[in-house]
Amino acid sequence: MGLVTYIPRMLPFVLFKGMELPPFIQGVLKNVPYATLGALIFPAILFLQKDDIWYGIAGAAAAFGAAFLGANVIIVVLGSITVLAIYSYFL
Amino acid sequence: MSDFAIGKESTEFKKGLQAGISIGIGYFPIALTFGLLAKTSGLSIYESVLMSLIVFAGASQYISLSLIAYGTGIVEIVLTTFIVNIRHFLMSTSLTEKCEDDHLGTKMLYSFGITDETFSVAATREGTVTSGFMFGVNLLAYSSWVIFTGIGHLIGASLPQTLQESMGVALYAMFIGLLVPSLKKSAKVIFLALLAAIFNTIFTFGGIMAQGWAIVISTILSAIIIELIDVIKARHWGVKHEK
Repeated sequence: MGLVTYIPRMLPFVLFKGMELPPFIQGVLKNVPYATLGALIFPAILFLQKDDIWYGIAGAAAAFGAAFLGANVIIVVLGSITVLAIYSYFL
Repeated sequence: MSDFAIGKESTEFKKGLQAGISIGIGYFPIALTFGLLAKTSGLSIYESVLMSLIVFAGASQYISLSLIAYGTGIVEIVLTTFIVNIRHFLMSTSLTEKCEDDHLGTKMLYSFGITDETFSVAATREGTVTSGFMFGVNLLAYSSWVIFTGIGHLIGASLPQTLQESMGVALYAMFIGLLVPSLKKSAKVIFLALLAAIFNTIFTFGGIMAQGWAIVISTILSAIIIELIDVIKARHWGVKHEK
């Protein structure tokens, strides 16, 4: 398990070492982080709580709001935890 | 000169640790639960902590527990782990463009710690990412993962349910917190994230492929399509829009 986890993480650094990739590929690779984040967040956030999709939506909205106002990532994280703690306490 | 370089490295390392704090918070409930579940699946505390030490991959460790519980063979567990983690190949490839040039051995060392979360933190950072920063982020994430696996197994109970549930949002909140600043600066980022999310939703609800593949394919499709549109637009108007 350790090996098959490590190899995909390590191999690109060996394979592409000192290699100048074509500009189009470089462009695609620069896009990867933002596309990954989109796919990591959605739709998984909806399943945060099995029987209430609004729970995840509320957490996402809180995080989005805080981040949009320019809050530090740690504040965004703690803020949305707090919002959801309040949410489940009252609902 | 060398003093200066060492000084710079250690600030970068500290910055990495700082940036890793949200990951540490986010891993806390997941690792704790993993430790607890590992215990109920019959793994000893050494086996559980060893798995977190060696594998360091949340999703596949969880899956392996249910496979162990089902009595699945080792080959299938390893194969499933590989498929679930294949997306990190893409993430590491993207990072090779972003990380500062360093000894191959150094890169091979920190590449051990590339997870969805450490990747996201590093990749959304402005400018080049230093090795010191990578080690800082990874160390904090790794420590949180390993230590709380052990604690979870040791106390054998999870957090109060309300807290457990609300803390589950932490990593998603972090992803959102990392994405939004770039989102505000560039329309391209909005389309990239949106398109990947749409593809992933289709793949997930369509039940067409395993979760590990759904994220990889969605990411690749979105990254290529948006880049193609960018190139075509640039050809059409003769201007290359940066960002």
